Amino acid sequence: MTGFLQNTFNGLVSGAFYALLALGLAVIFGMLRVVNFAHGAFYMLGAFGAYVLLSEAGVPFWAALVIMPLGLGLLGMALERAVIHWLTRLDPLYNFLLTFGLTLILQDLVKSRYGVQSSPYATPSALSGSVDFGLFDFPAYRVFILGFAVLVCVAVWWVLTRTRVGMVVRAATERPELTPAFGINVGRWVTPVFGFGIALAGLAGVLAAPMRAVNPLMGADLIIVVFAVVVIGGLGSIFGSVAAGFGIGLVQAWGEAYLSDFPIVSQTIVFVVMAVVLLWRPAGLFGREEAPA
Amino acid sequence: MLRVDNLSAWYGEAQVLRDVSLDVAAGEVVTLVGRNGAGKSTLLRCVMGLHTGQRGTVELDGRDIGRLPAYRRARLGLGWVPDDRGSYATLSVAENLTLPPTVGPDPWPLERVYEAFPALHQRRDSAATTLSGGEQQMLALARVLRMGARLLLCDEPTEGLSPLLVQQVGDLLHEAKRHGVTVLLVEQNLHFATGVADRHYLLAEGRVVEAMENSEVRSRERELLSYLGI
Repeated sequence: MTGFLQNTFNGLVSGAFYALLALGLAVIFGMLRVVNFAHGAFYMLGAFGAYVLLSEAGVPFWAALVIMPLGLGLLGMALERAVIHWLTRLDPLYNFLLTFGLTLILQDLVKSRYGVQSSPYATPSALSGSVDFGLFDFPAYRVFILGFAVLVCVAVWWVLTRTRVGMVVRAATERPELTPAFGINVGRWVTPVFGFGIALAGLAGVLAAPMRAVNPLMGADLIIVVFAVVVIGGLGSIFGSVAAGFGIGLVQAWGEAYLSDFPIVSQTIVFVVMAVVLLWRPAGLFGREEAPA
Repeated sequence: MLRVDNLSAWYGEAQVLRDVSLDVAAGEVVTLVGRNGAGKSTLLRCVMGLHTGQRGTVELDGRDIGRLPAYRRARLGLGWVPDDRGSYATLSVAENLTLPPTVGPDPWPLERVYEAFPALHQRRDSAATTLSGGEQQMLALARVLRMGARLLLCDEPTEGLSPLLVQQVGDLLHEAKRHGVTVLLVEQNLHFATGVADRHYLLAEGRVVEAMENSEVRSRERELLSYLGI
């Protein structure tokens, strides 16, 4: 029982990263119809930025948790203005080429300066202990990640469902061609929404720095699973991406714990789930079929 | 109020509008009639700014709006009532109503909308796509009235509605007209059109072939119906 709870908790913590990354991808795809293959690179930049800030300027974790998402959000907005916005008028192939190319550029820039070895990042001292849950202890930092990620997801959900900005984003996501006819300047929201999605990736990166190996390829390893998460949840579905993020975290953790004798199963379980979901619901669990144009 | 001059439009290589000119005076209800594919909906989309690939002039109150993006035209008082009713599944009924900013001098307050459409009030927190087809049509019309649009662009608002609901749409357009709202309407239902409109333009193969007063359409109804193939 204790083991099960611990595995569950670990699954939710990995799920928290998937959820934050998938959420960013979902808002970006919803508003821009762009699949951001560079999302993992921004996650990596979040972690690396936190590492560089600490090791070269002594900037603590808590400050990095604010600085990196803001900085990367601004970088994302600049990139959207400079190159990403061209994609809406081009064949989807260019979407892949551009954002995948960005990934390689960002990875190699970091690699050329810091190499490929992993850099250590100390857990912030306030969260270095563990929390006693009665049946088991759990590292305080992981409890913090889980709570913080849930808080961020709830806050995003609140903004999307309860504010005028959220209403405009939902409307523009659902009917991008129709919405301007109701006096909504959809274009005005595209750049901030892209920046916001990137900021979420950066935030996930900073959160990952103390518990994951900080290296230039950390995003590339993770993003494949995140894309499976996005597809399972339903491309563009905000709720779906978060729910599938936590769900896949759980499936993976349980798979690793209870199917460890069958590594071929535990390593592929996410993609098996994806295939089954797509056979059953081609638009994903919470996705809707695109309305015919 | 609205003047369209020598408007041509294309879908890719195919020309769908050829030098269309028409005008709509303030307070008028004008319909565009014609067979399927005559270019009626495209003309409406051109006026709204939703069609790319056009040439010609679109003027609102003497101002050239032909190059303005759709959202700016909406803010100048164009109210869009699309043929698919434009309901948002991810927005509640109340959100569908309040999505457009209020733009005109005489927007309907939400209370008045709910008074006129008790069904919308009752279902205000439900997703708009859970409404019946008729209720969604009322929602589409109520949305642009709440917005305070001065010129409604309605694409077949009676399509697929029961006679009772067609009557309701007619009543609503009459009431809007009484309040000085101008309407440009695409309509297949000639009987409905003569009941609400002052004038009609007959389109064929992307051209305006006739401009008719309402009385003329009434007297030639049989001939026009057979021409339209209805």
